[in-house]
Amino acid sequence: MLLQRFLIRLLTMLITLFGVAVVVFVVIRVAPGDPIAMMLPPGATDADIARLRALYGLDKTIVQQFFIWLSGVARGDFGTSISLRQDVLGLVFNRLPATLELAIVALVMAVAIGGTTAIIGARERGTAVEAGIDIASGAALSIPDFLWGLVLILLFGVLVPIFDISGRVSPQLDLPFVTQFYLFESLLRLRLDLTWDLLKHMLMPAVALALPLAAIISQLLKQSLKEVLDLDYVVLARVKGFSETQVILREALKNAALPTLTLVGVQFTFLIGGTVIVERLFSYEGLGNMAIDAVINRDLPLIQGIVLVFALLFVLINLSVDMMYALLNPRLRHG
Amino acid sequence: MDEGRARRRGVPPRLWLAGGWLLLALLAAIFAPLVAPQDPLAQDLMLERLPPFWMAGADPGYWLGTDSLGRDLLSRLIFGGRIAFIVAFAAAIAACLVGSALGLIAGYFGGWADRIISRIVDVWMAFPPVLFAILLVAVLGTGLSSVILAIAIIDWTRFCRVIRAETMGQSRMDYVENARIAGYGRIGIMLREVLPNVVPSIVALLSLEMGIAVIVEAILSFVNLSISTDDPTWGGIIAEGRLSIHQAWWVLVFPLVTLILTVLSFSQFGEALKTRFDPVLR
Repeated sequence: MLLQRFLIRLLTMLITLFGVAVVVFVVIRVAPGDPIAMMLPPGATDADIARLRALYGLDKTIVQQFFIWLSGVARGDFGTSISLRQDVLGLVFNRLPATLELAIVALVMAVAIGGTTAIIGARERGTAVEAGIDIASGAALSIPDFLWGLVLILLFGVLVPIFDISGRVSPQLDLPFVTQFYLFESLLRLRLDLTWDLLKHMLMPAVALALPLAAIISQLLKQSLKEVLDLDYVVLARVKGFSETQVILREALKNAALPTLTLVGVQFTFLIGGTVIVERLFSYEGLGNMAIDAVINRDLPLIQGIVLVFALLFVLINLSVDMMYALLNPRLRHG
Repeated sequence: MDEGRARRRGVPPRLWLAGGWLLLALLAAIFAPLVAPQDPLAQDLMLERLPPFWMAGADPGYWLGTDSLGRDLLSRLIFGGRIAFIVAFAAAIAACLVGSALGLIAGYFGGWADRIISRIVDVWMAFPPVLFAILLVAVLGTGLSSVILAIAIIDWTRFCRVIRAETMGQSRMDYVENARIAGYGRIGIMLREVLPNVVPSIVALLSLEMGIAVIVEAILSFVNLSISTDDPTWGGIIAEGRLSIHQAWWVLVFPLVTLILTVLSFSQFGEALKTRFDPVLR
């Protein structure tokens, strides 16, 4: 049952990825503007242009180009970036860790803020505290990450300049890292000075990404908690003498968390999508920032590679959430 | 229960505020040449980075101050509102028409139509939307119609997913079965019976989408990919403000406040309409 569900999901995932590849391939080849012409110095001859076009495979038909590219992708070869003249996969892997660290820090913050406010709101249901949480989460939800980023830049970059608002790490620091997972590696190496510097750069963009998701988690989890808190077994726990906070943490949370989990999965993909502009806003050297440069430079192979990696990330998250849901939900587990 | 009573008392005050702001901003945008105190494009390096009216060194002719080229911020915001509202209305309506139509078809007919449309929605959802928008505008070429088209191409799925689910729910209702027994055609039932019942959701989503379109336009202007760089846009002013943030914070603060108020107002309307029409919540 579970395996069958997994295989079906895996198949639809591949179809989705194929669809993404087709769409992005078609879209960027309809683009006016010749990337080759932009690479060459003025005064290049027609023969030079033709040679470069052949080198990047741009002299073939779109369908031929697509299958050449796809067979390359299947072998792990995403082509060569036109603007940076490096292997696309290498470039993507170089930047992806920065984006993943940012997204994960943002997710942890969203769960922490959303979870705490949901528990407080459910405990204080019907009071002014709950009303305050509702208003705050309503505002956090309506304002998108791009605007939160700007608000944070003004508040903590200019008004009270306590955080860095540009870059991933202070440029004057010597970095001993061998991987691109700076934050993770700084923790492993116990270089907490570097961890602090990384966090100081990461905090503002992460909060900007986290706030809308925190609001959604807060609203949904509070709603589920309030429903569960009226059920018999919870009432029983209360009669047994547990305090309301204990009842929520020990009894209610486990059962109320499931609907929130599914939603967090989908919303996490939105959060990752948001890194594109938030990284730009904070000059954070991640994949999204590179993607915008790639579009501006009309770097076709790089755009294709980045979009496909984002799409892969999205479908993998959805797949794992779906599997987690199936594992945790007793009705699906035995059904 | 308290909420129910509050709703019966009439329109909540925040809805008045939201409506008031949108009306004010819209009227200012429509009559921009009449209301704007200065020419939004006029540069004067003698007037660069004038602070807003309450600060020392302000010029009474430039209420909200000027940017690094000496252009009047208030006038630029008013003219920028034109682009914002045109994009908001046109892009949201276009996305709504495409998305609702496909959602209605997928939800009502099911089967192959549903499978194909849902697959396309899946593919669309696997794109990071901001990157998709930037890519499309880069491909279509900068300009107002490209921005509108790009937003519509990306955001139709928002309508499609909700309307599909709602239509599926409606199609299982007795009235649809009764209409079928009464001998109405499938397309007739879909348009005359099901559609009116999903219109409230469409209208609520439309209001939310207008707020989203304003943001997307601002993001595109921010990365310098919206309309021609001469015309003032809210995102363009924000991009300038981000650069001169330590010398002239007001160039960032005022467009940011304008955007936040506009987005909050659209979403307030959307939420209010959703609750107003939702039989369960009502």
